[in-house]
Amino acid sequence: MQLDLREVEELSKTLYIRALKLLPRDIKQGFDRLIREETDATGKTILGTMVENIAVAERTRNLLCQDTGIPIYNVTIGSHVEFDGVAMKEAIRRGCERATREHPLRSSVVHPITRKNEQTSCGVGIPIINVDFDGRDETVEIEMIPKGSGSENGSFLQMLVPADGVAAVKRFVIDKVIECGGRVCPPTIVGVGIGGTSDLCMHLAKIAATRPLGTTCADDEGAKIETQLSEAVNQLGIGPQGLGGRATSFRVHVEVAATHITMNPVAVNIQCHSARRANAVITPGGIAFE
Amino acid sequence: MAHYSFDLPVTDTQVRTLKVGDTVTLEKTLFGIRDATLIAMFDHGRSTKFNLKGHAVVHTAPNVRKVDPRPGNTCGYEPLCIGTTTSMRMERFTRPLMEREGVRLIIGKGGMAQGTLDAFRDMGGAYLAVVGGAAALETTWIEAIEDVDLDDLHPESLWKFRIKGFGPLLVTMDSHGGSLHAQVNAEAAARRAAVLASIGGA
Repeated sequence: MQLDLREVEELSKTLYIRALKLLPRDIKQGFDRLIREETDATGKTILGTMVENIAVAERTRNLLCQDTGIPIYNVTIGSHVEFDGVAMKEAIRRGCERATREHPLRSSVVHPITRKNEQTSCGVGIPIINVDFDGRDETVEIEMIPKGSGSENGSFLQMLVPADGVAAVKRFVIDKVIECGGRVCPPTIVGVGIGGTSDLCMHLAKIAATRPLGTTCADDEGAKIETQLSEAVNQLGIGPQGLGGRATSFRVHVEVAATHITMNPVAVNIQCHSARRANAVITPGGIAFE
Repeated sequence: MAHYSFDLPVTDTQVRTLKVGDTVTLEKTLFGIRDATLIAMFDHGRSTKFNLKGHAVVHTAPNVRKVDPRPGNTCGYEPLCIGTTTSMRMERFTRPLMEREGVRLIIGKGGMAQGTLDAFRDMGGAYLAVVGGAAALETTWIEAIEDVDLDDLHPESLWKFRIKGFGPLLVTMDSHGGSLHAQVNAEAAARRAAVLASIGGA
């Protein structure tokens, strides 16, 4: 299959707008569960308002949240796909810029030192484009994630040492959830990276934070910690919007990678309740949205 | 716990009546303000053409559409999606915003800290929590963008919105030292040890 770059550009634009307007099914189901389990009256009311907002966004075809986020594109290339990688990244960037100008969307991206906003949602190194490969024949999958800043500011890395053990990893996560309180727009998905190098650890936390609800860490030990921490964070009483209640998080997600004998890194990256993502698969038969 | 409906601007008596747990719906006028706006006003000494005395500000930078100015919409913007951002980043600006500009109500999400609570006590103010991330709903409470100032900071300009039935908003910080945010944070800190013990994290 020859990857059609005009198609990639158009899709990059569509996915950005689609992600901002339609919440994935697993997150909507997650809200249903949290409302059933919530015991705090204020917490229940707030969760109800969030669900109402999802319906209003669909009815009025509006954005779920005003924060258009930092645009992230995760591209997974299957086998027997011919493509020009540099041109593909340019096509994605054009699609991102066009979504911003043509919809229009608020450009939330500025130069980190001058703070200048190009009003395109793009800048040095942005959009983030992650390219990976898998074994699906003649298939390209593009996932778009507008990562909101309220929860992205809830990002932390600690290079613990082996003597600190797993206990310190768990303590770090709980302490960061307490520290963030209502600022990260709970109920959240708490993404936790364990192992790797500092940069890989942080990236694992991002993968974990943006993984669909209902998925489990592929590593058995990681999955155990995931279950423990998921129960624990909802015992803290932080609740929806940090105003009290059970529903602090939908779930804690953990991703792991092997690390050095002298290292014990842990990272936290948080996803707010507006856990937006959109993806589509390109095959010779056409484009299919999830 | 009472519910109030206030036309902006508000009086000192109205603001000081509010207590944590009350709810408020706002009418008429609301100003949108944000990190860059506050940095420009208080770190770089810029002033605004708006009179903010007795008014409410919401921590926001909206999605807007540029339109041709016409009678009834002279500023040339239409609202698309307007929602509320995390307030804590702007903590150090509460006191100057109240002192210099006379702002009385802050609408935001996630709450603010002790400095804000002290300013509310000294000058009569309150924090009204909106549900963050519920911007599609919040947008339905905004009728129009009446005017804009400091628009070189776009989208972090100083926005003047015409509102109708903006709320209900929950009073989470008041002028009597009450803060639901501080209360919840203290409760979470108190539960920390038991929670850690339950997962082998102690």
